[in-house]
Amino acid sequence: MLRFLLRRSLGAIVILLIISAVTFFLFYAIPRNPALLACGKTCTPDQLAIVEANLGIDKPVPVQYWEYMVGIFTGRDYPIGHCPAPCLGYSFTDNRPVLETILDRLPTTLSLAVGGAVVFLVVGLAMGMLAAWRRGTLLDKSLSSASLVLGSMQIYFLGPLALALLVHNNQVFSQPKYEPFTEDPTAWFGGLLLPWLVLATIFTANYTRMSRATLIEQLREDHVRTAKAKGMSRSTVFFRYAWRGSLIPIVTIFGIDLGSLFGGAMITEFTFNLPGLGRLAVDSVTKSNLPMLMGVMLFAATMIVLFNILVDACYALIDPRVRLA
Amino acid sequence: MSSDTQVAAELVGRSPGQLMWRRFRRDRVGVVSGCVVLFFFAVGLLAPVISWLYGKDPQTRYGQIEPGLLNEFGYPVKPNGGIDGEFWFGLEPFMGRDVLTQLVYGIRTSLFIALAVTVLATLTAIVLGITAGYLGGKADFLISRFIDLLMAFPNQLFFVAFLPIVATLFVDPREETPTYVRVVSIIVVLWVLGWMTLGRILRGATLALREREFVEAAKVSGASPWRIIRKELLPNVVSPMLVQATYMLPNFVTTAAALSFLGVGLVEPTPDWGRMFAIGAEVYRADLTYMFFPGVAMVVFVVAFNLLGDSVRDAFDPKTNR
Repeated sequence: MLRFLLRRSLGAIVILLIISAVTFFLFYAIPRNPALLACGKTCTPDQLAIVEANLGIDKPVPVQYWEYMVGIFTGRDYPIGHCPAPCLGYSFTDNRPVLETILDRLPTTLSLAVGGAVVFLVVGLAMGMLAAWRRGTLLDKSLSSASLVLGSMQIYFLGPLALALLVHNNQVFSQPKYEPFTEDPTAWFGGLLLPWLVLATIFTANYTRMSRATLIEQLREDHVRTAKAKGMSRSTVFFRYAWRGSLIPIVTIFGIDLGSLFGGAMITEFTFNLPGLGRLAVDSVTKSNLPMLMGVMLFAATMIVLFNILVDACYALIDPRVRLA
Repeated sequence: MSSDTQVAAELVGRSPGQLMWRRFRRDRVGVVSGCVVLFFFAVGLLAPVISWLYGKDPQTRYGQIEPGLLNEFGYPVKPNGGIDGEFWFGLEPFMGRDVLTQLVYGIRTSLFIALAVTVLATLTAIVLGITAGYLGGKADFLISRFIDLLMAFPNQLFFVAFLPIVATLFVDPREETPTYVRVVSIIVVLWVLGWMTLGRILRGATLALREREFVEAAKVSGASPWRIIRKELLPNVVSPMLVQATYMLPNFVTTAAALSFLGVGLVEPTPDWGRMFAIGAEVYRADLTYMFFPGVAMVVFVVAFNLLGDSVRDAFDPKTNR
């Protein structure tokens, strides 16, 4: 296990290095003058000079990248101030270290992702199991059709719709907002409930479809048939053999989904105006805040790569045949 | 595919394509969803004809020209978003444009972008997937690692972050970005991260096909690699390609719409399906009806495409069970 984690972590670091390099070079090398892009359409020469100095773009791009990467481990000094150890650069819209802002926004994104994931995993798996258990019945068909239609919904349609019908017209939910969990757990829950449900609706549908399909596939497996033939009860066969076998694809997709959600659920955060990483990324794009975007991109990529490793480690827990070496 | 070729009851020789078509025709859900999909493409293609027959265009601000259509706050006077015999889908708040023609032209824009991305992504997947699978060795290793790398990119973030960058490739950031540059940039970013799934599938399929007897036979008889790829491999990967493409296209439509919703996609005055949701999200408190038609149209479109994809898959491979 240890060797596996070590090997995969090395691979992950390589991938992250490449991603950071690609992103960095695309951000800073392709635009004819990145400072101009960062400075926006109403840029005076004075502002431009400040931005250029802060970006350090008088040096060649590989040197800039090297300084950026060194800065992550040792910290870095900018004309506007010192940026402590894991330094992802300075944001030039509010002159704060990028990492500080990311850490500020992180709790919102984590709350949204974890809460949403609990809802879609529990509801999705339950509905999928129900549909597979009662395969071919009316219940199965209605669950499958519902998941098809709900899965084809888009958050940017469902979100405003839910806001209008459930918050604005009927006050079933309170206006979505983010309250830190540590300050007021009830307000935290109430403010995020609707975003969780909307976010989860789309995912739930996918999980229902997938868990139903893999369960049905598993129920046809030889070892499941043998267990049935031995006279084991239907529920034992279902849960101990078929369900466990169906977990591998579910865990795979769940890891991917959770990893990308931790990098910011952009559309959900935008729709409900929640100050998370996704919202931060969108704002940084409209303000052309390259260092901030670079930081969010690196963070999100780290999450995706990290969850990929976790998923592979989970395989060993689920399937005793898998040996990690 | 060749092993699937069953002998029909009356012992008529049929190509796999014909068999697929016969199976597809018998699938009622597939035919209906296929018709819905065709309807959307027809709407997109015939948008100018529709707006000519209907007598409106997507740019005229009817609500601002004709008094009595919008109230003092800029919302339609008539209930339900101003739907009546003249404006079938209602009026856009503030701008006062006709929603039906906006939607029809928006569908046209979105479908054009999605179609272009689908074609580009499929071609890329064919070239790289088949190269990796057929050559094996170093080429396979490089292409597979490349796919892994692209898969690790946070894709929504990538789209949002790189759209402006791609646009600056074509124009100076101080100048106004022309519409065609925006369209090309959207196509490029979606394309870059859109081909990997199909690429992996095609690589796997080619890898398996390479060892088959008919490919060996072609090799032994002296066929060039190009001929083997064209005559032996490509016809056998048509089915995963078609199936994957039908799943890809609605994805590109919704992703491009999401970009417009987030405010980084197409801008006024180009009619766009996704931007209608951005406007809808601004006005939902006073005028929820505005979002109704674009929203329902998109759900119908995506459902129809997914059902069509399932039917195409079943028609190609009747052994898969659902």
